[in-house]
Amino acid sequence: MIQKILIANRGEIALRIMRACRPLSIKTVAVYSEADQEADFVNYADESYLIGTPPVNQSYLDTDKIIEVAKKAGVDAIHPGYGFLSESKLFANLCEANDIIFIGPSADLIEQMGDKVSSRKLMEEAGVPIIPGSKDVILTAEDAIIEAKAIGYPVMLKASAGGGGIGMQIVSDPDNLKEAFINNSKRAEQFFGDGSMFMEKLLVNSRHIEVQLLGDHHGNVIHLYERECSIQRRNQKVIEEAPSTFISEKTRELMGKTAVKAAKSIGYTNAGTIEFLVDENENFYFLEMNTRVQVEHGITEEVTHIDIVKEQIKIANNQKLSISQSEVNLSGHAIEGRIYAEDPVTSFPSPGQVTHYREPVGKHIRVESAISGPSAITHFYDPMISKLIVKGSDRNEAIKLFQDALESYELKGIKTNIPMLKAIAQSEEFINGKTTTDFIEKNKTKLHEIIQEEL
Amino acid sequence: MKEVKAVMAGNMWKIVVAEGDTVEAGQDVAILESMKMEIPIATEQAGTIKELKVNEGDFINEGDVIAIVE
Repeated sequence: MIQKILIANRGEIALRIMRACRPLSIKTVAVYSEADQEADFVNYADESYLIGTPPVNQSYLDTDKIIEVAKKAGVDAIHPGYGFLSESKLFANLCEANDIIFIGPSADLIEQMGDKVSSRKLMEEAGVPIIPGSKDVILTAEDAIIEAKAIGYPVMLKASAGGGGIGMQIVSDPDNLKEAFINNSKRAEQFFGDGSMFMEKLLVNSRHIEVQLLGDHHGNVIHLYERECSIQRRNQKVIEEAPSTFISEKTRELMGKTAVKAAKSIGYTNAGTIEFLVDENENFYFLEMNTRVQVEHGITEEVTHIDIVKEQIKIANNQKLSISQSEVNLSGHAIEGRIYAEDPVTSFPSPGQVTHYREPVGKHIRVESAISGPSAITHFYDPMISKLIVKGSDRNEAIKLFQDALESYELKGIKTNIPMLKAIAQSEEFINGKTTTDFIEKNKTKLHEIIQEEL
Repeated sequence: MKEVKAVMAGNMWKIVVAEGDTVEAGQDVAILESMKMEIPIATEQAGTIKELKVNEGDFINEGDVIAIVE
């Protein structure tokens, strides 16, 4: 049995994982960089180890150092959270080689699903609809132009090894494709060490809807229904909700079944998410699979009453899933807003010192935060400070709770996107559920006007 | 004379021009890096880079002058 877990992450997710460990009587070990010495997660852990300087490759991505601490502290398992090493085949292998349980799927699955081209192939074989796109990786702008002609414009150019919206761009004509290819390929090379690209047909008025999965080591896979995460900026999620307001009951069941079938066909274990793009006619297409816990897992927990992180640990412990598919029931509606340290209008990062911090509280409010008081938000890491989650008996109630919680969220000293979240939450389009992936871009003028009035 | 200013706080990742270079309006002068995001900083005005006020690796605050274009 797992008795001690090292959390190879920081901020809110490190705290979230540690809080799941306590009731299971599991000891927690934090690793942190010099930039995080005062961080809440470092204080909360049973043991904490400084592992390096602030740049991520000197600390949170330093696999040798993390394994060294894991052995020294005598942990049974490592939880990678999201980002950082969560989808690193190398790290999962390194854990195994050192007899430490990696809380996640196998290294091979991480590799297969991490590559956008191979994952598309696998999903297609598993009978999951995929978006028309390039069959293989594209290495030159010239090949990109040939491929795009066959697929039809507009296309979405993507870095094969990408994530977090890096290396992605919508291209509408061949003239722009060459430059877009060269720029994004270069970025992908800088970021992921792999400049290969691929492209898909751009679906207009589409929604991002994803299915949460849990699989154990005994061949059982269940889904926990969907999350709609269409409201994004720079291809990164800003507001998520569960369930989706858009799909019918029939599509909901079909998406769940398709995701389970796909996961079973590849022998998936632990928590994972299959992301789909859904068009205006409720046709859904495979986008990618995230082989880790996701930022927005909390809204699924709220509507299913299943603790996903706890399930991850139980699965890693080789326990069978304690819930069957028929026992997964949806109730109510949950909305999450990600609080980012950024300019609400330009979305440019705004690191600095938080001088005043007070979270909204209430029976239907859950805040997963990296901070609990005045804190430094440094430029070294992701801009997400916290997640504000509300749960209502239906969507209308959830929206009202969300608006109210945003109003009483106090954060001073740096710029945040709270004004943007407020503007979205009160916009007619959001209230009416017109949440497509181009929501922010489409409603930019109106949203900016509301923000200006607020400021 | 026109100042090129940082639109956000972060690390000066790359300076892509040198003093004395001729630049066009809209041309990138430097790339700032912050919170896993890179933002190219362009000059609004065409001219010559008279002075570079920062070095690669420096921490820059929002509004800091990066370069002076003449």
